[in-house]
Amino acid sequence: MADATLLTNAPVGAALPERTYGPITRTVLALFAGASGDHNPIHINIDFAKRAGMDDVFAHGMLSMAYLARYVQNFADASALRSWNVRFVAITPVNTSLICSATVASRDAGAVKLALRARTPDGVETLAGEAIISLEEAPGAPA
Amino acid sequence: MAPHDGAAHTPQLTARWKRGQSRGVGLGRGVIDRSHIGWRSKPAHVHVEAGQLRLFAKATGEKSPIYVDAAAAKAAGHRAIPAPPTFAFSINLLAQTAPSYLEVLGVPISRVLHGEQSFEYFNPIYAGDVITISTEIVDIYAKKNGALEFIVAANEAVNQNDELCVKLRSVIVVRNG
Repeated sequence: MADATLLTNAPVGAALPERTYGPITRTVLALFAGASGDHNPIHINIDFAKRAGMDDVFAHGMLSMAYLARYVQNFADASALRSWNVRFVAITPVNTSLICSATVASRDAGAVKLALRARTPDGVETLAGEAIISLEEAPGAPA
Repeated sequence: MAPHDGAAHTPQLTARWKRGQSRGVGLGRGVIDRSHIGWRSKPAHVHVEAGQLRLFAKATGEKSPIYVDAAAAKAAGHRAIPAPPTFAFSINLLAQTAPSYLEVLGVPISRVLHGEQSFEYFNPIYAGDVITISTEIVDIYAKKNGALEFIVAANEAVNQNDELCVKLRSVIVVRNG
């Protein structure tokens, strides 16, 4: 379950605890291709990736965003997530992990805006974004 | 983005791409025909299947039982297994719309990268729902003197009760260089 007290109490500028997701193996990329419906061979077929000028296959951007969605759910239930946007700022190579982090960008009585980031263990930022998370009980949301 | 068979259609598209570049249209404005702005795919109707949600949970390392077990989901107050936050993007891909909008635009799958993605949520999506979704090309623009082009696509996922569930916006980067 989400630890909602962290979001309720964290002041603007506060950093939330980081979490690491992965490792992003070739098996994970194959599973995610089937699970997500993104069958672009550049993520699963090294021959195709090399013909496209890449050194190797690389992770789907949406796999990283799915990890970021898991990360956000450490602090709020998915039903509290109102909107979010991410920019895929660098390719995530195969056989790495992603460290997800967040800071409180702004807040008002009803919602918190988080600045979200993901980076590889060697410090390359791969995703940056913002999420608006409601602190109020959503209508029809699970108790 | 999902071609049915990337290997099969890419050579033709790549040839078309090279013809476009050799005509010099790749300079400045880019290669993609701007008349596609406003194009909208036929709506697809996608059954959200519990098995697909379980596979998505497995692929993303999801540990929460609400995403795999209907009983756990109901115990947490859901009416069925909920779709996780980014799954609406996959619903659009799983629709397997043919031709895909990249095929309509003549963009080879080997040249695209995902640049940005946003979601806005209105109602939850659950296993068992039938989601209607289509894609609209809302903008196409070039940067770096046409070396990079950007396709902005928007989708709305609506459930079987005509309730808007999710609005999506994608920015796809095309490498022309």
